[in-house]
Amino acid sequence: MNTDMKTEDTKNSISPKKYSGKSNKEIALTGVFIALAMILSYLESLVPISFAVPGIKLGLANLVTIVALYKLGLKDTIIISVGRILLSGVLFGNMMVIIYSLAGAFLSILVMVLVKRTKIFSATGVSICGAIAHNFGQIIVAVITLENMNIMYYMIVLAIAGAITGAVIGILAGMIIRNIRM
Amino acid sequence: MADKDKLVKISDIILFVVILAIGIIGLIYIISNKEKGAQLRISVDGEVVEEFYLSEDIEHKITTKQGINLVVVKNGVVDVVDADCPDKICVHHVPIDSVGETIICLPHKLVVEIVE
Repeated sequence: MNTDMKTEDTKNSISPKKYSGKSNKEIALTGVFIALAMILSYLESLVPISFAVPGIKLGLANLVTIVALYKLGLKDTIIISVGRILLSGVLFGNMMVIIYSLAGAFLSILVMVLVKRTKIFSATGVSICGAIAHNFGQIIVAVITLENMNIMYYMIVLAIAGAITGAVIGILAGMIIRNIRM
Repeated sequence: MADKDKLVKISDIILFVVILAIGIIGLIYIISNKEKGAQLRISVDGEVVEEFYLSEDIEHKITTKQGINLVVVKNGVVDVVDADCPDKICVHHVPIDSVGETIICLPHKLVVEIVE
């Protein structure tokens, strides 16, 4: 793959910007965002929040997703999310972790893009909807793999948790979106 | 400051409050309809492997392909006290005693649930 890229590069060396449709800056930013998201999800795993229903987390990595959604666009957001999940999954998790994370991320990004398009909410509202969608996606995977409908009950607790964590992350993301220039 | 630059819009607050209200009402509904369960059902990978009556105190070690979980029943209350899964979410879960309540160990695909 490496040699392939090299030949591509030399072939198009006159206009390097053209061959991938992406600017170097965009590629570099995507990489930085993936790295940042990985560090945030790792940091978060060091401080587990656990009350009544364990497994609830703040979703710090979603901070990166929302900022990317507002600043880089949908395509890069998907690349960043999938990149982060695959890399952290391979490094620190296992196949199941990757499947759960991808289900959550997929639903979350889909809902956030749709909610963002309506322009009704600020980043805070978008983040709340994203957090709840993320939890819903993971519950669906759990229902399928455990073949047990009873765990849908968790969704009520997870919706409340999603609203709170989503609001916190959304406000933080709004501050970042407002203050960074890219 | 223009409305689109606001960190939190009125619509965000309405969304937050509505979700929280629905969630809390749902929780209250579930809690008020709680009934003490009579039986404990343990399933692995969607298949029931073990059933116990809550009336007797037991300590049972479940061995799955993925690892072990130690389930304890005492005075009609069920708790997972030990497991060798990576996240220990099942161990940290509060003890359960009502119909429909579950303790889940995702890495071991184990569901401990209380039935009538």
